[in-house]
Amino acid sequence: MKARVHITLKSGVLDPQGKAIAQALGNLGFGDVHGVRQGKYIELELADTDREAAAERVESMCQKLLANTVIENYRIDLDD
Amino acid sequence: MKAAVIVFPGSNCDRDVAVALEQSLGHAPRMIWHGEATLPDLDLIVVPGGFSYGDYLRSGAMAAHSPVMGEVVARAKAGVPVLGICNGFQILTETGLLPGVLMRNASLKFVCRDVHLRVESSQSMFTNAYEESGVVRIPVAHMDGNYFADEDTLDGLEDAGRIAFRYCAPDGASSPDANPNGSARDIAGIFNRERTVLGLMPHPERLSDDALGGHDGRALFDGLVAALS
Repeated sequence: MKARVHITLKSGVLDPQGKAIAQALGNLGFGDVHGVRQGKYIELELADTDREAAAERVESMCQKLLANTVIENYRIDLDD
Repeated sequence: MKAAVIVFPGSNCDRDVAVALEQSLGHAPRMIWHGEATLPDLDLIVVPGGFSYGDYLRSGAMAAHSPVMGEVVARAKAGVPVLGICNGFQILTETGLLPGVLMRNASLKFVCRDVHLRVESSQSMFTNAYEESGVVRIPVAHMDGNYFADEDTLDGLEDAGRIAFRYCAPDGASSPDANPNGSARDIAGIFNRERTVLGLMPHPERLSDDALGGHDGRALFDGLVAALS
């Protein structure tokens, strides 16, 4: 089973890298971009075949290591 | 007094801080590799600067879960003093021993220069050799030193007098220009609730000998040795 984890900054947390990307896009002629928030994407190959158990494991991984919940949110998608 | 410096793959200030400690202590500290799961009897643990584990995932995130850090956290909770400098501060926030997080510098640039710090409290084993509200000059060298915590946490730190150092102008005044990384409320270093753990981004070990261009950092190590010996 594959887990896809999207990690994004919480709203209210400043994202200077996102701002720099938005500015660069503007310089390239994409002035219609009003905001950019950048984050991380992590793919996990899991031995687990039980969906519920896998979801629980990945949730725990996010809490313990993959995300810093002081500043980041995460979303987990599971593929069979 | 028994002191130890933790060494991770990618640490690069471990020897510098060992030299600074030895100068104040009179003997060399123990150097302890990150793979050790047990620690000897210690009076002080230093988590040094550098780029532990290549800053993979987030600065300090991997080191926070290394075998030795489990033991460091346990000792810290039992009251053993812990000093985290730069990457050491990042690691301590990732372990939860200190609140908040060190984010990418607001400028998105690596900042390596001397900064001025105002000593917010001299009432700790780390800062007792400094004058309260005094200004010291100590270098920073980091990419991720932008201290962030939610407003309630920041208020709590201020109310409890847990801010150790703030970035300031040479005359001690607060100024956006004096803040090298965008840190909330100009925070450069904080204590835990019991003031037995200090994390700070500036490097006191890098200005602890006149041969290095100054000695404002030395008082931190002298003060620690005086308090713990």
